[in-house]
Amino acid sequence: MENFEPEIVAFCCHYCAYTAADMAGSKRISYPPNVKIIRVPCTGKVDAIHIMKALEKGADGVYVAGCLEGDCHFKNGNTRARYRVEHVQKYLEELGWETDRVAMINMSAGMGEFFARTALEFTQKIKLLGPSPIKRINIDKNQKAVSE
Amino acid sequence: MITAEQKPLSEIIEYISPYDRILLVGCNECVTVCAAGGRKEVGLLSSALNLHFLKQGRTIDIKEMTLERQCDPEYVEELVSEIDRADAILSMACGCGVQTIAERYKEKPVFPAVNTKFMGASESQGIWAERCRGCGDCLLGITGGICPVARCSKQLLNGPCGGTSNGMCEISPDVECAWCLIWERLKALGMEKRYEEIMEAKDWRPAGGGGPRKIIREDLSL
Repeated sequence: MENFEPEIVAFCCHYCAYTAADMAGSKRISYPPNVKIIRVPCTGKVDAIHIMKALEKGADGVYVAGCLEGDCHFKNGNTRARYRVEHVQKYLEELGWETDRVAMINMSAGMGEFFARTALEFTQKIKLLGPSPIKRINIDKNQKAVSE
Repeated sequence: MITAEQKPLSEIIEYISPYDRILLVGCNECVTVCAAGGRKEVGLLSSALNLHFLKQGRTIDIKEMTLERQCDPEYVEELVSEIDRADAILSMACGCGVQTIAERYKEKPVFPAVNTKFMGASESQGIWAERCRGCGDCLLGITGGICPVARCSKQLLNGPCGGTSNGMCEISPDVECAWCLIWERLKALGMEKRYEEIMEAKDWRPAGGGGPRKIIREDLSL
């Protein structure tokens, strides 16, 4: 798994994390290309089903990046998103998946460097966890087929 | 409304493991409102089951459907077109819905995906509490709109027991004493006299003590 490059989906709020990503770009701060950003009008729009579907379709990790606590443009969308992430984590725990594959992260629009650092840290964490259990089973199957 | 909670995934998985094609059916009524078995929860459960089986290297075919009402035969009829393509049905409706499906599609195994809990009302977002036991002989008119059958732990009908303490029930500091609530309410309405009237022993036959209950409205039946 040395050359494992995880696929990570980041649901980013238009008012903070997405702008922070933009700022990281303007400041020429690089972050891992593994992170695929999906812009949402508010993290309150991200439902548990979106996170689950991302995992089902093969994402190795998913994070939701919303405004700082108390700073949501729509009052409490980020708090709702946190609860939903926790809900998905409970589901994953029941299914025997690593709960660290999903996370909620808070930042403001001005935190470009933090965005890049978070993307890097999350990518490293997922690299340590390895491919998602769905991918792992396919890798194992392929290896078995090759060895036979 | 009837409230429900999703069963542990392990139990659901055990039910459906022997089958390859599952028809997962939600209901648009009560279980949608209490976020246990509506369209959204059907999607979420389907996704979770897929994650589980994909992890095992197995693919199962889950067809999602959400009916307007699972406890009505005319809506359950909508499953006819899908039923042949399914090995088993997983229902996210309350017990009434599961049984309506089981009765209509006798040749298919039906499994519940939720535990039906109680008839309750929403106290606030995400919190539901029991308010009615369906005793078949409503007392709310004489108890100030607060039900001692559903809300008193002992279902007492003539005032609180010795377990009441500062308005709370002895079973838990989070449970309000129904009789304390009734007294406060009657006092606020100036109807204290009602509290002094002794209620006779309740006839529990309409509450289910007389066997399974049924309502027959001849003016409506065909």
